[in-house]
Amino acid sequence: MPLDAKFIGRTYPPTEPYEVGREKIREFAAAIGDPDPAYNDPEAAKALGHPDVIAPPTFAIVVTMRAADQVVYDPELGLDYSRVVHRDQKFTYTRPVRAGDRLTVVTTVDDIKVLAGNDVLTTRAEVRTVEGEHVVTALSSLVARAADESEG
Amino acid sequence: MTAKISFDDVVVGTELPTRSFPVTRETLVRYAGASGDFNPIHWNGRFATDVGLPDVIAHGMFTMAEAARVVTDWLGDPGALVEFGVRFTKPVVVPDTVEGATIEVTGKVAVLLDDRRARVDLVVTAAGAKVLGVPRAVVQLA
Repeated sequence: MPLDAKFIGRTYPPTEPYEVGREKIREFAAAIGDPDPAYNDPEAAKALGHPDVIAPPTFAIVVTMRAADQVVYDPELGLDYSRVVHRDQKFTYTRPVRAGDRLTVVTTVDDIKVLAGNDVLTTRAEVRTVEGEHVVTALSSLVARAADESEG
Repeated sequence: MTAKISFDDVVVGTELPTRSFPVTRETLVRYAGASGDFNPIHWNGRFATDVGLPDVIAHGMFTMAEAARVVTDWLGDPGALVEFGVRFTKPVVVPDTVEGATIEVTGKVAVLLDDRRARVDLVVTAAGAKVLGVPRAVVQLA
């Protein structure tokens, strides 16, 4: 059954703040194999004009993925998450995520459509500090494969 | 934000240093832990083949992270990356071998924009196939 288009435009309440820690950034940078000093050494980050270590660009997904759970597990929407794959991802940064940030996310359903029988759900996550400063906007689209498709 | 590359030093066609990044099962387990994405298609071969995949596949966001490194290393300041988008077109299949898989990334300046910005277009492949569709970054140059 296709997803209900009435969800387009729905905005979910802001998430509880996610506090970005230096050690979490370090762990993420190590996991992607990136030794960039801006992620590891506060002095190196300061030399580039940042107040503390910054996070790799795709770290923002850690914060927005949790927020997206509000949508993908919304029982009213009825998305079958076991059939979901990531289709598109785009980040637009006002500034990098950095250690010490307390980030809250407001997620909106931007679009729902059917492509080749599969549901495509596009969400927009606006990530701001608890003080209200915009940090990054993440656009994500997910595809839920049609339930009657053969499983191979 | 202080990119080490000046807008005045690039032209359309300026190439970024090409890189290759290895991905093994261990890499994916580490990424799962750090990112919080524990979907078993990224570490459990039995589960992956049960849902119709050829084998365990890398997280799309891992592949996107490796692609970003080519841009951030070139810039010298990762904070000078202002926009980055991709489409996940083909999975990076990661066999349970010592070598695993390899993600190859090339990039070049495609468009010069206002305010000393530029668009960088990447080509990201694994096993000879493009795995990301239209991977594009906008960067703020010095």
